[in-house]
Amino acid sequence: MTNIKRAVLAATVSVVALASAATADVKIAFIDPLSGPFGPSGDAAFTSYKLAFEKLNAAGGLNGEQVELTGYDNKISPKESLVQLQKAIDSGVRYVFQGNGSSVSAAIIDAVSKHNARNPGEEVLFLNYAAVTPAFTNEACSFWHFRFDAHADMKMNAITDYILARGDINKVYLIGQDYVFGEAVAAAAVKQLGEKNSAIEIVGNELHPLGKVKDFTPYIQKIQSSGAQAVITGNWGQDMVLLVKAAADSGLTIPFLTFYGGSVGAVAALGEGAMGTLYQVNEGITNLEASPEQYALIEEYKDRFPDYDYYYHRAFLAVDMLKAAAEKAGSTDPIAVANALEGLSINGAYGPITMRAEDHQAQQNLYISTVSDDVKYGVDNIKLGWKLVDGGSVSAASAEEPTTCKMERP
Amino acid sequence: METIVFSLLNGTIYGLLLFMLSSGLTLIFSMMGVLNFAHASFYMLGAYCAYTIMGVTNFWLALLLAPILVGAVGMGVERWGLRKVHANGHVAELLFTFGLAYLIDEVVKIIWGRTSVNYKVPESLDFTLFTLYGSNYPAYRIFILFVSIFMLVSLWYLLKKTRVGLIIQAALTHPHMVGHLGHNVPLVFMGVFGAGCALAGLAGVIGGNYFITDPAMAVQMGPIVFVVVVVGGLGSLEGAFVAAMLIGILQTSAVSINASFADIFGFLGMTATSEVGGITIASLAPMLPFLMLVLILIVKPTGLMGDREV
Amino acid sequence: MTEVSINPAALGPTASAKFRERVLPFILFGMVLVAIPFFGPSRTTMTLLNHIGINIVFALSYNMLLGRAGLLSFGHAVYLGLGGYFCVHILNWIDAADGGFWGNLPVFSMPIFGFAMGAAAGAVIGWPSCKRAGTAFAMISLGVAELMSAGAFMFDSLFGGEMGISGDRMAGPDFLGLSLGPLADVYWFIAFWTFFGVVAMFAFTRTPLGKLSEATRDNPERVQFIGYNPTRVRYLVFIFAGAFAGMAGGMSSVQDEIFTPENLSLIPSGAILIAAYVGGIRYFSGPIMGAIVMTYMGSNLSDYTAGWLLYLGLMFICVVMFVPDGIAGLVFGFWRGVRSPNRSEVFGKWAWQVSGVVLMIVSIIIIVEVAFRWSDGYGEVFEPFGLALSHTSILTWILAFVPLAAGVVLMRHAAAKYEEA
Repeated sequence: MTNIKRAVLAATVSVVALASAATADVKIAFIDPLSGPFGPSGDAAFTSYKLAFEKLNAAGGLNGEQVELTGYDNKISPKESLVQLQKAIDSGVRYVFQGNGSSVSAAIIDAVSKHNARNPGEEVLFLNYAAVTPAFTNEACSFWHFRFDAHADMKMNAITDYILARGDINKVYLIGQDYVFGEAVAAAAVKQLGEKNSAIEIVGNELHPLGKVKDFTPYIQKIQSSGAQAVITGNWGQDMVLLVKAAADSGLTIPFLTFYGGSVGAVAALGEGAMGTLYQVNEGITNLEASPEQYALIEEYKDRFPDYDYYYHRAFLAVDMLKAAAEKAGSTDPIAVANALEGLSINGAYGPITMRAEDHQAQQNLYISTVSDDVKYGVDNIKLGWKLVDGGSVSAASAEEPTTCKMERP
Repeated sequence: METIVFSLLNGTIYGLLLFMLSSGLTLIFSMMGVLNFAHASFYMLGAYCAYTIMGVTNFWLALLLAPILVGAVGMGVERWGLRKVHANGHVAELLFTFGLAYLIDEVVKIIWGRTSVNYKVPESLDFTLFTLYGSNYPAYRIFILFVSIFMLVSLWYLLKKTRVGLIIQAALTHPHMVGHLGHNVPLVFMGVFGAGCALAGLAGVIGGNYFITDPAMAVQMGPIVFVVVVVGGLGSLEGAFVAAMLIGILQTSAVSINASFADIFGFLGMTATSEVGGITIASLAPMLPFLMLVLILIVKPTGLMGDREV
Repeated sequence: MTEVSINPAALGPTASAKFRERVLPFILFGMVLVAIPFFGPSRTTMTLLNHIGINIVFALSYNMLLGRAGLLSFGHAVYLGLGGYFCVHILNWIDAADGGFWGNLPVFSMPIFGFAMGAAAGAVIGWPSCKRAGTAFAMISLGVAELMSAGAFMFDSLFGGEMGISGDRMAGPDFLGLSLGPLADVYWFIAFWTFFGVVAMFAFTRTPLGKLSEATRDNPERVQFIGYNPTRVRYLVFIFAGAFAGMAGGMSSVQDEIFTPENLSLIPSGAILIAAYVGGIRYFSGPIMGAIVMTYMGSNLSDYTAGWLLYLGLMFICVVMFVPDGIAGLVFGFWRGVRSPNRSEVFGKWAWQVSGVVLMIVSIIIIVEVAFRWSDGYGEVFEPFGLALSHTSILTWILAFVPLAAGVVLMRHAAAKYEEA
């Protein structure tokens, strides 16, 4: 607990200088909820970036320049995010990380494009590590936006393939948060299930208010009476935790196929009941085979931030790619770095990651995992942890989706 | 059928929690004319205090101590804050409690952090009581039901059958007359304010782990409690009870209704793809209490069962 | 007994007094607005100034209700929000238009549309709410605010859901050579409309309706006796207050280019209530001071201390309890004191009070800052002026509570000594 408070406090006071201010050359802003219902989600990512940039600075920095990371609390509000973005830009920030909430990302993409058009020579890059509404790298794509996480259609593809492969699920229930991301998840599920196997029936398709529901029991009872055999949800943060908590209380034990089952506290809320019922699809879990360096990193993170677990692997990937791009460009100028990022490919701990040039969507392996008690690393400070399911590994090539992006380059 | 049973059951529990909160506010409001904006903050304090006490000792002690603690804080607020502002009129009192709500929010954030705390249902109550239509029913909910009913009965007994209750009742309607009769009205005020806050604290103790204990719980609960008090009618505990149950059941059952406007007004040619037609009853749930508030104030300003205008 | 005839004209203020009180402040205000850009403010300052301008208009419009008409509203942000939303939609129409009315409309005119929308919203919502004053009015405004912000999530094409609606202020033709792209351009836009809004709202207080609204606040029955309908007076004032709030919304739509449903909620309404009240609702200039102080605190104090909202709450409570006239009351009280004949005695009293207050503030700051650092467990130590105050040291708690006690004693002493004065 103290860790959360500590990080949040430090972030809100904006004193989180990773390098001493005198040597900081590149200022980077992290804009995400650091308080409220989604505070733990933002904070878990913030701590990941903190560690990643500390390591980067220790290894010589971004193309030789030291990096200063500052956290800004946006309270998950798009308007507040723009106020914080303006504040960050005014203080000299040229790179912005954000991920929680596609509603926020849409506002930031828009604001960054406007800012760059109005202030030539002071361009800002937006590095999105978690907002996965497909539109951002399709019809609404922007040169200033790079996404390091697989988007909703890609993840849903992995989930629907898995449902078909299992063969024991004929009725699914869709529940999600009522905003652009939840809508995108529901649309992807309906479309893909319809195309792949029309025998699978969608018995419910429901959106609830974002971050406002305190008791999901009525929703769970609706799921129970619908006769669903599985639930697909894109919920994250508190909405994820409370959803599975209510399910556990009401004795609903059907599989939950999620994007963000790894949200802080979800496994702990379910306890033993999570085994074989909670599934997630993401870019890598701690219990995959990896190099000793990766294991050391996972342990160092847990050691530094005992309230969280190594979850935001893509945060470390994003920093690695940023570093590689800066070195390739030989500069930390945002436009040069953006051009260098296009088509860039590096080797991550769980497979290669490539930034597709035509839409700025990262292509990487996806893994479907479920909770197990037979694991190397547990989560939420209990012994349960994430374990790959049989056939749960999806290669980057097969996870790839076409894009409709028509990129306008400066 | 099962939907109706579950909605009624969960709605009743939510309604009783609401009543526990609003009974205190009604007492305070009708006696002192102060709409205590910080009332829900005392609810939050109750939950957080219980969390801390439970961490040190156990839940049962928290159930006893936390409301007393919150009540004491409430009395202090009345004695050294509200009484001073009283001379400046009702608006100043309202604003004072409004500022107090800000203050309590911030103090809670300092002490317990900005994100939710893990205030859990005690293990002795964390089991499935019965299974209904294939769905488990947690024992803790029934526990809430019993605590609320117990509180309700004791409050009723206190007000109707004891001398203290008689004075309070008299002060509710005729505060000046009670003063003239030689009773220490400021003391009564302080006591009632403290007791009202303690009730809110108790609601926090049992509601905090049923819902979630975070710094936003006061802001989310506060306006709904006002709605209950105003809709129920000033000075009327019965009214507050009816309003609380009404809102509890209405809000809970609205969530379980899948019908959209298009289904209801389809005969007018409204389609489910249109913006208005696509609105479901479930999504109306958060608006319902406030719709009720505005309508009641316009149509019947005395509230459902009150005899005084707001 | 001789007939005393009074010439009403002679009772009024002289021409020079009129100029001094009603014209001169505005000339000075305008000069300050024009002068600011010549000091070359940074972008951060520019953004802050723009928000201050918006909040000045918003707070003044709020005070038309609370200060002038005695109507306590918890939902004034609804009108700012609706006006702002309307303007963001217009920004998008301008952007999409190819000639025609929208295509030729300069973005500079947005506050006019915000004004119209605010007035329309005030006219619709005000009709049922203005039938009652007092607590009933406050409760209705609260209900309306919650209703609007919850309802806004249902109509995505109007309010944009969680995402809100954003626009582009650079759309449409330039006006007066302002493209409104750079912040400096936006500053001129905000400055113009702030000045216009302040003058217009001051002028409103001089109209018969403005005067009647104050009469209705003080005694609605007597207003009725002299033949006016208090409900109607309240309703008209309400429409104007909504309109000026909508105008602030129009200004905000250009500065921030985005509106989200939470703009309509209780939180911004509560913030403007605090700003107006802390500034001083009994003075016209009070809300202006309140808006400046609050916006500055919200933007800058948060960089220095995590407890800024706590200070804000404390400040608000202190104003409610001890200084009901707010900052403006203090400023004008000081001015009166300086000019009063028994200056020395007044100064003596102030000296006692100010030293008492300063001592109390010092100890409150120490308590809050030490508590913050203690609770976060970061091991960080509060170090004002190089003095390390850890929560484990006795010195800290002496420094925290001795000034507090001393301050209370000083205040009591001042109260007792100057009671008769």
